[in-house]
Formats: sequence, C-alpha cells, structure tokens
Amino acid sequence: MAKKLALRAIQGNSGGYYSLMAVLGALIALGLGAAYYMEHQGHHVTGMTNQIVWGMPHVFAVFLIVAASGALNVASISSVFNKSLYKPLAPLSGLLAAALLIGGLTILVLDLGRPDRLIVAMTYYNFKSIFAWNIFLYTGFLAIVVVYLWMMLEKRFNKHSSQVGFVAFVWRLILTTGTGSIFGFLVARQYYDAAIMAPLFILMSFAFGLAIFNIVVAVAYKGTQRPLGDVLVERLRKLLGIFVASVLFFAAIFHITNLYATEHHGVEGFILDGNNVYTGLFWVGFILFGSIIPLVLCLAPGFKKSLGAVLTASAMVIAGGLSQMYIIIIGGQAYPLELFPGKEVSSSFFDGVVNQYAPSLPEVALGLGGTALALFIVGFAVKVLGFLPESLANSEIDPHFGAGEAEGEEATGAASA
Amino acid sequence: MSEQTSKVNEYRRKFFGKAAATAAMVGLAPGVFLHTIARAKPADEPVSSEVRWGLLIDANKCADGCSECTKACNDENGLTGFGRPETDAQWIRKVTLKDKRTQHVTNLPLMCQHCANPPCVDVCPTGASFKRADGIVLVDKHICIGCRYCMMACPYKARSFVHETLTDQVPDVPRGKGTVESCTLCVHRVDRGDIPACVEACAASDNGAMLFGNLNDPNSDISKRLASEASTQIRGDLELDLGVRYQNI
Repeated sequence: MAKKLALRAIQGNSGGYYSLMAVLGALIALGLGAAYYMEHQGHHVTGMTNQIVWGMPHVFAVFLIVAASGALNVASISSVFNKSLYKPLAPLSGLLAAALLIGGLTILVLDLGRPDRLIVAMTYYNFKSIFAWNIFLYTGFLAIVVVYLWMMLEKRFNKHSSQVGFVAFVWRLILTTGTGSIFGFLVARQYYDAAIMAPLFILMSFAFGLAIFNIVVAVAYKGTQRPLGDVLVERLRKLLGIFVASVLFFAAIFHITNLYATEHHGVEGFILDGNNVYTGLFWVGFILFGSIIPLVLCLAPGFKKSLGAVLTASAMVIAGGLSQMYIIIIGGQAYPLELFPGKEVSSSFFDGVVNQYAPSLPEVALGLGGTALALFIVGFAVKVLGFLPESLANSEIDPHFGAGEAEGEEATGAASA
Repeated sequence: MSEQTSKVNEYRRKFFGKAAATAAMVGLAPGVFLHTIARAKPADEPVSSEVRWGLLIDANKCADGCSECTKACNDENGLTGFGRPETDAQWIRKVTLKDKRTQHVTNLPLMCQHCANPPCVDVCPTGASFKRADGIVLVDKHICIGCRYCMMACPYKARSFVHETLTDQVPDVPRGKGTVESCTLCVHRVDRGDIPACVEACAASDNGAMLFGNLNDPNSDISKRLASEASTQIRGDLELDLGVRYQNI
C-alpha cells in the first residue's frame, strides 16, 4: 500500500508564477482580440477561404481536444488499471484534461461564423451529424471529469473513484473516436474517408496528452522546488515512447493502405512526395522530430531516468503532433477534389488546382490564446486547490523503492505501460 | 359658409376619396395578385415530395466563353463580389475540362447538385442544412452557426461561406456574414412557377444547354429526355442520387 497522499495547493506567490500567469493572460487577451477582429471584419481577414474552410484555429482546437482526452491517461492508468505509482498525479491529470478541452472548444466556438449562436448549437440537433454527437461527448466528458475529480479529492468518496474513472476512460475513447470520425466520415475528400482515422486519433491523443502532461508536471515541480523522483520520470519516458511508436504504426498503416489503391496515389504523392509545405512537415515535422527523435529519447537506455530527455521528447511530440494536424486538416483540403477523373479541370473557383493557404496572425493568435487559456486554468487551479502531491520523490510514490530493489522496479514499469 | 369651412369640406372630400381608393386596393389587389400566381403552388401549401426538381445540362451545348448563367445567378441572387476571388461567393461556376489523353475540351456549369442524400445535410450539426420535400437543398440562415462542416463534406465544392459584411441583399434571397450558402435552384422563382435564372439566361442565349423540370413527372420534358438519352451524374460512385444530371461529359 502506498503512503497516504498529501495533496497541497502551491503557494503561487513567486515572481515566476506571476510572470507565467501574466504571459498566459496576455496571450488570452490577444486571442480574444483576434476573435473579435475576425468576427467583426468577417473571415476574409484570415487565411481561410472558400477552398481552405478550416484553418489554423482548427489545427490548434483539434490538437487540444485530442490531447485533452489523452491527458487523462495518467488518471486512467491509476484508477482503471490500478497502478498505484500514478495515483498521486491522477487529480492533475483530470484537471489538465478538462482544461485542455475547454481551451480547444473555446477556439472552435470563437472561430464559428456566428459564435453568438452558440445557444442554437446547444438547442438544435441533427443526430446524423458526428458534430452534434461531439457536442454531447465534449460536454459529457467535462461533467464526468469534474465528478471524477470530486471523487478523487473528497476522501469520503475515494472508494468510488475507480468506477467513475472507468466511465471516464470509456467516455474518452468514444470522444476521440468521435473527433477522428469528423474526418473519417467525409466521403468526398481523397485524404479523409478512412475508418482508421478513429483509432489513429485515439493513439494520437495518448501521445499528445502525455507529452503536455509531462511538461506541466516538470514545470510545476521544478518551479515549486518540490521533489520529483526519477522513478516516475522513467515511467513517463517509457510510456511516451510506447505511445509515439503506436501513433507511428497507425500512421504507417493509414498511408500504406492508401498507397495500395491507385485512386489515392495522387493525394499520397501530394503529401509524401510533393513540392509543398505538407511534405516537409510530414518528413521533418512528424516523422523526424515528432517520432524518430522522441523514440530514441524515450527508449534508448542512454537516456534512462533523464528528465531532460523526457521534456525534449515531449516538446518534440507536441511539435510533431501540430505538424500532423496541419497535414491532416490543411493538407487534406489543399488537395483538389477529384470530380472528373482523367480530366484537367479549371474554373474561376479554383477547381483542379492545389489550394493555397497561409496562416494569418489572428488565426495563430486565437489558437495560442486557447492554449494559454487551458494552461491558465491549470495554473490557477493548482494554486487554489490541492491538486499536486507535496512530493513525487521515489520513496513517496513507490512503496517498494529501496536500495536493494532499485533493479526490480524496472520490470513493473514496463508491465504497466 | 365661411371660407374656412369650405376648405375643411374640401379636405374631407379628398380624404374620403383617398380612403375609398385605398380600401379598394386593399380589398381587390390580393385577389388580382393571387389570380396571377394561381398557376404556381399556393403559398400556404407545403412543398410536396410528389415533385422532384432537377436540371439536365448538355455540356456539348455549353459554349466556350459564355457566362450568361453565372451572370444571371449573380444578378438574381445579389451576389456582388469584393474583388477577392478566394473568398467571394460563387453559387454557379463555369468549369472547363480537358481530357488528359485526347485533349478534348468540354465546358459545363457546376453548382449545388441537389442530392437526394446530401452529405452537407448529414454532417450539419444544427440541421441548418436541409432538403425540402421537392428535393431542393437549402441552408436555414437562422440556425446556421457558420461551422463550415458542410463545405468540408460537399463533394462538389458547391458552397460558399460569407466572409464579409453584406449590404443591399435581394429581399427574396436571405444572406448574411458568417453563414454558409449555395445555389437554391432559385427556390423563390420556382415557388412562384418560374424557372431558375441560370436556365432562363441559358435559353435566352440560344445555347439551350440547361433544362429544368420535375424529375418525378414522367411526362415532363426533362424526364422524357432522361428516358431517351444517355446522361450521367458527377461522382455517381457516391450514389447520392443527384438532382442535376449531365450529358456529353
């Protein structure tokens, strides 16, 4: 049995804390300003057009929503799979999941043509639309995570946390399936319309969510000078490695299946071997920086127990993840619709040509603003409520940790992942 | 009788005269108006699925360089651009096809295909994208939230998003910034018994490449032509059962 958990709110009165919150606050203000500008002027001031209808805000929003469900990993591993080592961090994991989802949804809503009609989206439903289902999946996820946090933080209800944790686990798998299906259900476009989008998004959520979680934990513990033991660091390192490898596997299957069918050779050539930004983002952003280097950092024995390696890998996974989102969302739209096979097509409405897109400043500001909102919520919550364990030192989180058992801990670490 | 009293009487006479004329107008005009539109569907009668409006377009008759249909559409629906082709709305566009092997060139107008199973309607979260019983696919501008998922889903790139503030809209054609729109098959004209503006303009240009009619009526011109001549649907592989059919592409 692990030692009794001591969760304590951080003091949050250091210069570093206030600087961080001020920067996040400024980014939120910029994002709101950008949203106002876009709505007031109309979307013509953005890089989005009638050809590229979803742009940079959607890259950020979908990334955050996907990462939100993955951020719940640590809590799920502790409650559902009963790994006590992760238990101290389960509340932070739930908090981060809710915060990232709020950040992502805020971007999505503020990018709508009519954000003032949010109430319409909440009262009119077309249940054949996966978008409509997602509205329930997202709000339901928030509600479940709040209850889950309550069960974890209120001692009297601790005994229910594993049941609620199980519901949250299943719900978030469905949620990411729903998010992936936004693209999987688009029959008309060459790069979408694939059932594998759903499992690919689930694995992407595991990797992106854990990457953000790792960075938040490190910043919180280094910033507050609380102990962070290398037992946990090593676990997080290996777990991230396995998730990154899984994403790579599903991405490989997606592309290999496409490459087999002649009808998809055009779009695959465009993404994998084109003279465009998407090919660069794919090989350099997603494969090299987002997958191969993090894999080495996470799995090579030379980086064992290295917090620096975990953090570098996490930052690269985030960069690779944003690249992957950009390729899926923007690249998928940039490739022309195949309306007349075997014909060269031209028109005044950009038929038959690769659609051009350049992200505009307001779009990026809105995306960063939503991200900052998520982190601001976390920063604020850990100050007012006891989300963070006082110590994550090896002896605190691993009851078996001791000089004689230092070797044995590795075997259980691999099994838990 | 004082001068003042006679002036008052004169005002009274004028007032009663005008009042009588107004009453006659109010009483009679609707009857006259109704008489003229009696041939169309009465306004209080719902549209019926017994009718399926459709178009047949003969690409061989669509002349190179002619843009009468797109001009007519823009005039009818008040689609004035802002000189920004990437974001300006286009409900109908002329598309030029060149066969990669034979170099044969074909022209055709492309617009919302008014699918029987429209992907835009499937994906719309609020139900703003909808299909009328008579097959016309429309956007309810009051519940469109501007998410653009329908534009992602449309196989024909038929939809436009209103990227900037509009003024001087045509009363029959509701449009507004932040919502999605597309060809309405000139529903306001069809409901009063007229044909879509593009079809009318094409006929007036003597090309006669477009034919409008009821696909459900076996005796309509369009049904007879479809029964006797070969036609095709763009991306027929998607099995969307299009309201717009093409020949010679």
